[in-house]
Amino acid sequence: MILQSLLVMLGLGLACSAVLAVASKLLAVEEDPRVEAVLEALPGANCGGCGFAGCESYAAAAVNDPNVPADRCCAGGADTAAKVAALTGKAAGSAEPMVAFRRCAKTEGNVKKLYDYQGVPSCAAAKQLGSPDACAYSCIGLGDCMRACPFDAMYMAHGMVHVNRDKCTACGNCVRTCPNGIMEIVPQAARVMVLCSSQDKGKAVTDVCDAGCISCMKCVKECPAKCVKLEGGVIRIDHAACIAYGPECQEVCAEKCPRSILRRLGATAQAAPQEKQEEAA
Amino acid sequence: MDYFLMLISAIFVNNILLAQYLGNCPFLGCSKEKGVAFGMGAAVIFVAVMATAFTWIMQKWVLEPYGLGYLQTLVFILVIAALVQFVEMFLKKMVPPLYKALGIFLPLITTNCAVLGIAILVQRKEFGLGMSLYYSFVASLGFTLALMLMAGIRERLIIARLPKSLQGTSIGLVMAGLMSLTFFAFKGMIG
Repeated sequence: MILQSLLVMLGLGLACSAVLAVASKLLAVEEDPRVEAVLEALPGANCGGCGFAGCESYAAAAVNDPNVPADRCCAGGADTAAKVAALTGKAAGSAEPMVAFRRCAKTEGNVKKLYDYQGVPSCAAAKQLGSPDACAYSCIGLGDCMRACPFDAMYMAHGMVHVNRDKCTACGNCVRTCPNGIMEIVPQAARVMVLCSSQDKGKAVTDVCDAGCISCMKCVKECPAKCVKLEGGVIRIDHAACIAYGPECQEVCAEKCPRSILRRLGATAQAAPQEKQEEAA
Repeated sequence: MDYFLMLISAIFVNNILLAQYLGNCPFLGCSKEKGVAFGMGAAVIFVAVMATAFTWIMQKWVLEPYGLGYLQTLVFILVIAALVQFVEMFLKKMVPPLYKALGIFLPLITTNCAVLGIAILVQRKEFGLGMSLYYSFVASLGFTLALMLMAGIRERLIIARLPKSLQGTSIGLVMAGLMSLTFFAFKGMIG
């Protein structure tokens, strides 16, 4: 009985393996080994920062489509861009390190709450009822962006989100998730930034926030490089032009800002805005 | 009439997942979103019907004539695993869209006890080939129904306020138990 069962199982096993071996040859699918190699080089976070559905999609596109650049992966940074460029035979662009920035200073501005929100703990849900803060453009602070971040680079403090600059890879998930659109991707070397996303002007802003931007346009007029503009109701800074112009202007925009909401960033001048809020809050 | 009774029996009264407790791994693993749950259910239907066909043939043409009935479990597992591997290769080559939709679930079903369970159940009930195929189809439909129900519940649980210790699989297991209790209401409906 033992011999019989052994022989039957052996025979069956051999038969199945033979069928599968033959099938693997006949039904083999041609796969470009380069796609596999590029996939190996990518960090595999599937964050979507490259604009593709995942690392596999970007690997396939980078290999097969000549128009797709090799430096789209922001999570991997310059090393990954170089590796992908080498594998796909494309030129790696200059990947300027970027970081996510929260354009809101509601804690500093003592923005009051319109109502006590009790519901699904999500910014998108709170927004459906109308922002719970007096300022409709503020950081709602329920953490949708924090949960969307694949790199654990955001944390909540004092009712607002804070970005850990070391961990942030500028994948853009938080920008896409925020229902108020207060997150912006800026270069790490950005010199100045406006900490406000309010599209209101003048009294409408001062009524609700002590710190907000009133759209007085002083910065727009003062900038010698003409890189500060009012677009869509908020101040937008062309950081590439700003950095290219150099420190000659001594950040006159920040000097002249009557609300001190357009501030210098980085080690060059005062404490970083996030830290300033920590002191103020 | 017999077919209709079997349909009701397999989907509600003796649900392969909630009453017979077969195939719990994908029940908790693939039930977080309705889309994924449906894909998994469809893959199980596909594999279960094919597996039942092949194993029925193995039983009737190889195992019984040669008195090898005691090897049923081993042979069935071997045949099902080889079959699923073959199907995966076949789909990848011949029907890429179907492979993209179901492909990732196929390795998960290779040794799913629901598939093996259905294959062995039809032998116990001594069905003919046609009846076996029909039974495997409706039993897997019951599996898909249970999976879809669980996915619908879990989608809502994501935004509910749950204690940290209950979030995720824990509440999923509690829900599974409650669902199983609910389906007990059907017991005794059909003999």
